[in-house]
Amino acid sequence: MDIFDFSDGREGYYGEYGGVFLPEILHATIEELIECFRECKADPKFWQEYVSLLQNYSGRPTPVTYLENLSRELGGAQIYVKRDDLNHTGSHKVNNVMGQGLLTQRLGKKRVIAETGAGQHGFATATMAAKFGFDCKIYMGAVDVARQRPNVFWMENLGAEVIAVEDGQKTLKDAVNECMRDWVTNMADTHYILGTACGPHPFPEMVSWFQSIIGLEAREQIVAQTGRLPNRVYACVGGGSNAMGLFQGFFDEPNVELIGCEAGGEGVGSYMHSARLAYDDASVGVAQGYKTYFLQNDEGNMSETHSVAAGLDYIGVNPIFAHLHDQGKVRFEAATDAEVKETLKLTMRTEGLIPALESTHGFVVALKEAATMAKDEIVLVNMSGRGDKDIFTIADALDDAKWKSFIGGKADQYRAEKK
Amino acid sequence: MGLEAFIAERKQDKDLLVMAHVVCGYPSFEDNLQELEIMAEAGVDLVELQFPFSEPSADGPLFVRANEQSLKAGTTVDQCFEFMKLASERFPFKVLMMGYYNTVFKMGEDVFVRRLKEAGGVGYILPDLPVEESANLHQLSADAGIEPIILMTPTSSDKRLAQLGAASRGMVYVVARKGVTGSKTNMGDDVVALIDRCRQHTNVPMGVGFGITSKADMDFLRGSADLAIVGTAALKTWEESGAEGLRRFFAELLA
Ligand SMILES: Cc1ncc(COP(=O)(O)O)c(C=O)c1O
Repeated sequence: MDIFDFSDGREGYYGEYGGVFLPEILHATIEELIECFRECKADPKFWQEYVSLLQNYSGRPTPVTYLENLSRELGGAQIYVKRDDLNHTGSHKVNNVMGQGLLTQRLGKKRVIAETGAGQHGFATATMAAKFGFDCKIYMGAVDVARQRPNVFWMENLGAEVIAVEDGQKTLKDAVNECMRDWVTNMADTHYILGTACGPHPFPEMVSWFQSIIGLEAREQIVAQTGRLPNRVYACVGGGSNAMGLFQGFFDEPNVELIGCEAGGEGVGSYMHSARLAYDDASVGVAQGYKTYFLQNDEGNMSETHSVAAGLDYIGVNPIFAHLHDQGKVRFEAATDAEVKETLKLTMRTEGLIPALESTHGFVVALKEAATMAKDEIVLVNMSGRGDKDIFTIADALDDAKWKSFIGGKADQYRAEKK
Repeated sequence: MGLEAFIAERKQDKDLLVMAHVVCGYPSFEDNLQELEIMAEAGVDLVELQFPFSEPSADGPLFVRANEQSLKAGTTVDQCFEFMKLASERFPFKVLMMGYYNTVFKMGEDVFVRRLKEAGGVGYILPDLPVEESANLHQLSADAGIEPIILMTPTSSDKRLAQLGAASRGMVYVVARKGVTGSKTNMGDDVVALIDRCRQHTNVPMGVGFGITSKADMDFLRGSADLAIVGTAALKTWEESGAEGLRRFFAELLA
């Protein structure tokens, strides 16, 4: 199946989802971007350059790791993990960012902007901008600035300007709006590096294309290690870029089940979550440049969302998944904040792995299901990022007394220096 | 009377018309009504009533805050249509709906057109709905005698302007510069050249907006545009100096 073959439908549409819903002033910019992207996609040299950049700069291919201890402990399916946490900057976000960086060079633009939630996309973008010599501005909701300080620190030290967005809910969606406002002003010299497979066409296709490197590698690796394809493949879904990346390796396999894991926050019925497809609270709408399922009210105003993971705390979901969900080709489940904290402790203690809070959502669902599966079955989970950035949130969640006293001591030291 | 005929009639004794803007429910509907009274007294010709939306990504900071506060105060679509009905019955100017497409999409395009018509609105401006996505809505509008206001911009190619021109009805909204609503535009030859370029692709009247703040801007546009569109500057005046200030603002603008 080629979901990006638009020959019998409208370009940029996946079923009824997707499209371009932007102010007229951006029409020419989007056309320019589509044209440049089409050239890149058709040019095998571009893909080679992209792959070798990631090999030499980010450590690709990332491995697939067998979780022997956990598989034994749960007594069900054999669990394998794709290690995109081992990328430079600590997550899969760098794949898309390096790709769009090369594309920015082709466009001849000198400035990049990006929204960020967890800060991983902003961190990757600031890194790319430093390497490629672009000016860089990152928009981040003020709530996220507060909960993901380590990433803000790195972005600023890499030379990016970080703007704390104070509008709306002060999270990812508000950062996207600010990027749009910057872009409608500065499009002549600026490329908007959208961080997930959402937004107007061609972003869902383009981001998915760059992230497909995850699935290409993973398929080959799991077959090499186990001699066969996995039964089920899991990934967390914020906007949906890491999941699209991994799933593309298995789309044509009727016997591989694909499971997207959304942020269940405080659970079903709490209205404090970001589960657009796994729960029944979302409906179809048009916002932030595209049509998809949004968490919104009957009049089309967006609802408050919540997740312990800033990178999943978002109102919409990529239009490709909206379509594949309708068609029953991808199953969606949700993991709650409480389950995420428990699973994170388990993976740390039994396997020495520290997945990002976002990625841990995939682990929650995978481990729950693996335990009920047969020993000769195989599951593959995407570890989209590492949890180092979450040290403050995780320390709070685990109520770690030693960490608190360390931070208290640091605070005292800084206060004394100020005086 | 349709929008185009109304503009033509008003232009018989004025060379430059004015379209003003309020965000429904901000600061409150009572304030909106007072603003409209002042606009009517001053001789404003058209008013956009913005239906607040949670993601106003084409708006600048002042309108962003206005949208947010209005929603926080509980403004609903029903209230906006009720207010539109009151305004269209009470005042001599014509009213338009301005907002984002999701508001229309969620109620259904047919319901939107019917309700707009019932409320006395003559048209609508949906900045995030491109012409490619408008075929059904434009057809419904044509059937109901409601005008979709198309935006033309400084970045639109001639090919694009031809496409936009073919879809334009009632009037065109010429966006004077890049960016969002709110900041000042330096009115210069490029604005005049843009209006000329737009006129090559349609015969409907041209309204020019984004950053119009003063009588000097009005004088500049006279002879080249048909309408001046004033948004942020009026709201800013209302916030800073209330009814008295707004009265003075429009008196100076229309002097
Ligand atoms: C590590 C990690 N995983 C996943 C996500 C969610 O994004 P997506 O669904 O696009 O992969 C984020 C977003 O910030 C992230 O940082």
